[in-house]
Amino acid sequence: MKPAEMFRHMTRIREFEERVKRTFTDHPGVIRGHTHLADGAEASIVGSVATMRPGDQLVSTYRCHGYPIALGSDTSALMAEIYGRATGICGGYGGSMHLADPERGFLGTSGIVGQNIPQGTGAAYAAQLRGRGDVVLTFFGDGASKQGAFHESLNIAAVWKLPVVFVMENNSYSAGVRTDLEDANAAAGEPLATKARAYSIPGVTVDGGDPLLVHETVGAAVERARAGEGPTLVESRVYRLSAHGNSIAPPGVPLHYPEHEAVTKYGDVEEYEAAKRGDPVPRFRARLVESGALTADEADRIAGEARTEMQAAVDFALASPHPEPAAALSHVYA
Amino acid sequence: MTGVTTREMTYAAATNEAVHLEMARDEDVVLFGQSVAGSPDDPFLKAFGADRVRVTPISETAEIGMAAGAALAGKRPVVDCTMAEFLLVSMDQVVNEANRFHYMSGGRVTAPLVLKAGYGFTAGWAGQHTGSIYGMFMGVPGLKVALPSTPADAKGLMASAIRDDNPVLFLHHYLLLLEQGPVPEGEHLVPFGSADVKRPGSDVTVVATGWTVHRALAAAERLAADGVDVEVIDPRTIAPLDTATILTSVEKTGRLVLVDQATRHSSVATVIAGEVAEHGFSALRAPIVQVTALDASIAYAKPMEDYVLPDEDKIVAAVRGVA
Ligand SMILES: Cc1ncc(C[n+]2csc(CCOP(=O)(O)OP(=O)(O)O)c2C)c(N)n1
Ligand SMILES: [Mg+2]
Repeated sequence: MKPAEMFRHMTRIREFEERVKRTFTDHPGVIRGHTHLADGAEASIVGSVATMRPGDQLVSTYRCHGYPIALGSDTSALMAEIYGRATGICGGYGGSMHLADPERGFLGTSGIVGQNIPQGTGAAYAAQLRGRGDVVLTFFGDGASKQGAFHESLNIAAVWKLPVVFVMENNSYSAGVRTDLEDANAAAGEPLATKARAYSIPGVTVDGGDPLLVHETVGAAVERARAGEGPTLVESRVYRLSAHGNSIAPPGVPLHYPEHEAVTKYGDVEEYEAAKRGDPVPRFRARLVESGALTADEADRIAGEARTEMQAAVDFALASPHPEPAAALSHVYA
Repeated sequence: MTGVTTREMTYAAATNEAVHLEMARDEDVVLFGQSVAGSPDDPFLKAFGADRVRVTPISETAEIGMAAGAALAGKRPVVDCTMAEFLLVSMDQVVNEANRFHYMSGGRVTAPLVLKAGYGFTAGWAGQHTGSIYGMFMGVPGLKVALPSTPADAKGLMASAIRDDNPVLFLHHYLLLLEQGPVPEGEHLVPFGSADVKRPGSDVTVVATGWTVHRALAAAERLAADGVDVEVIDPRTIAPLDTATILTSVEKTGRLVLVDQATRHSSVATVIAGEVAEHGFSALRAPIVQVTALDASIAYAKPMEDYVLPDEDKIVAAVRGVA
C-alpha cells in the first residue's frame, strides 16, 4: 500500500470515529450501549492491516471500527450497525462492539477483555492447517495482557509455531487505569513487549503513530509467520484521543463522550495536550506533503472525500429501517 | 420497620453503605477489583486506606482466586467484578473452588468472600454485557446468590453477604442502580433464604426478582383496577431459595406466574416451577405460567432487545390468562 493510500484510510477512520462521536450530540439516543473509538490508533491500524494479503485474517476487541474500514468494508453498513439498523453489517445484532466482515478477513471481536487472543491463535492454527501461508493478526489492548488468555495463547502459538502476529495497542490505559499501576513490566520501566521473552518469541515495540514504521515492523512479523517461524508480539504505542468509551448510564439518561481519563481522573491536562499535538493523522499528512508524496491539495481532497463518505454513511444509517422485533429469534443457532 | 430511621437513597449508594459499614466493623474485610479506588477522594480509600482498598489489573482469575485464598487465610474479601459476565473468565474459581472448600475439608476451613457484580444491563450493551446469567450459579452447592430489588434489600443483603462464612455472589441490577428508596440507617441485615412479599394479594401469586419485581408491581397496579388482586413475592436470594413463602402464597391463590429476566431454561422461574409443581400441585387451580426472557442472546438493536425481555404487558397478559 502506498503511503498516500495509508493516509486516505487513516483519514477515513478518523472521520468515521468523529461522526460516531458527534452522533451523541447530533442525534441523541440513536447510539445505545457502549462505543469505543479508535481515534489516535489510525496509523497503527492502517500500517498493520496494510501488511495483509488475501487469505489473511484478523480478530479484534470491542474497539473495532477501524479495522474493517481499512479492510474496505462498507462504511454505510458499519455506521448502520452502530445505529442499530437492519442494514447494518451484522443486521443490528452486534452493535459497535461486535463488528464482523468475514469475506474481508475480519472474523469478529470479543467484548470480553483478552478473549479474542486465543481465538486469533485458533484462526492461525486453521491457517497453518490450510498450508497456504496465511497469517492472522490478533489485535488487543495493553490491559488484555493481564489476562491468562494472553499468556496461554502466546505459549501455545510459540510451541506450535503458529502464523499469528499479536498486535498489542498500548494506549497506556485500561479504561481508567494507567498501565504502570497494573502492569509489572511498565511498573519496572520496561516495555510491555518484554512479555514475549517469557515465551521465547520476538517482542518489539514500535511507535504506533507512524504508519510506515508499523507497516515495516508488523510486516516483518507477518513474513516470519508466513515462513512458518511462528508468532511475534508487537507492542504498538498509541494514544487514544477520546475517553475509553461513552458515558455509562441507565436507559433514558442521555449518553455523551466524557473527556479523556488523563484529564478527568489524573488531572494531567499536559499529557493529553501533548498527545493531541502528536496526533498521527496531521503528523502523517505534514510528512507526506513535506516529502512531496502528496500535495496539500490532494490531502485536502482526501479529507473532503472522507467527509462526504461518512456523511453518506450517517445519512444511510439514519434512513435505514430498524430490525423487526421478532428477528431477535433468528440466528440463535446456525 | 418501626423505630428505625430511614432515608431515601439510591440502590447503588445503599449497597456501598453496607460495604462501608462492614469494613468499619471488621478490619478483615478488604475490597478490591478493577473499578474500586477510582480517585484519591474515593470514600473507601480515604476511610480504609490503600492496603484494604485496591485496584486490580484486568485479571479476574487472579482476583477471584486470590479472594478464595485470602478468605482461607482469614480475610473477608469483597471483589468488585464490575459486570457479571466478566467473572465468567474465572468460572472455575466461582463454581468449583471456594464454594467447595468447606465441604471438601469436612468443615475444617471456610472461604467467606463476596463477588459483587452487575447484571441485566439491557440498554444496548448487546450480546456479551447484558445477560441475566444467575441461573448458571444457582444450582452450585456451597455458593450463595443474592439478587436485591430495592435499595433497602441491597444494603441488607450486602451486609449479610459479607458476614456470611460462605462465598456469596451478590448481583446488583444495572437498571436499578439509580432507583431511590427508603433505606434504614446503621446496621441493617436482610437474612438469606427469606423471601419478601412486596405486595400482598389474594388472587394470583407473582414471583419476580431484581428489575422484574418493579415490572410485576406495576402490572399488579394495573390488574388491581380490573379487580385482580396480585401478590408479588421477591425471593431476594435464589440460593438459598425460600420456597416455603412461595408455597404458602400458592396455597392461598392457587395461581402462579413466574417472572424472570433470565432466559427460560436458565432461570429461577424454571426452578420454582419445578418446586411448586412437586410440592404445591394440589393447591394449583391453573397451570403455572413463566414470563421469562426468550432463549436468545440480547441483540444490540432496541426492537430486538425489547422483544426477548419480559415486560409489564407480558406480565398482565399472563396473569389475566390464569386469573
Ligand atoms: C474480562 C473483562 N474484564 C473487564 C472488562 C471491562 N473492560 C472493558 S475494556 C477494559 C479496558 C481494557 O483495556 P485495554 O486492554 O488496554 O484496551 P483499550 O480499551 O485500552 O483499547 C475493561 C477493564 C471486560 N470487558 N472484560
Ligand atoms: Mg489500553
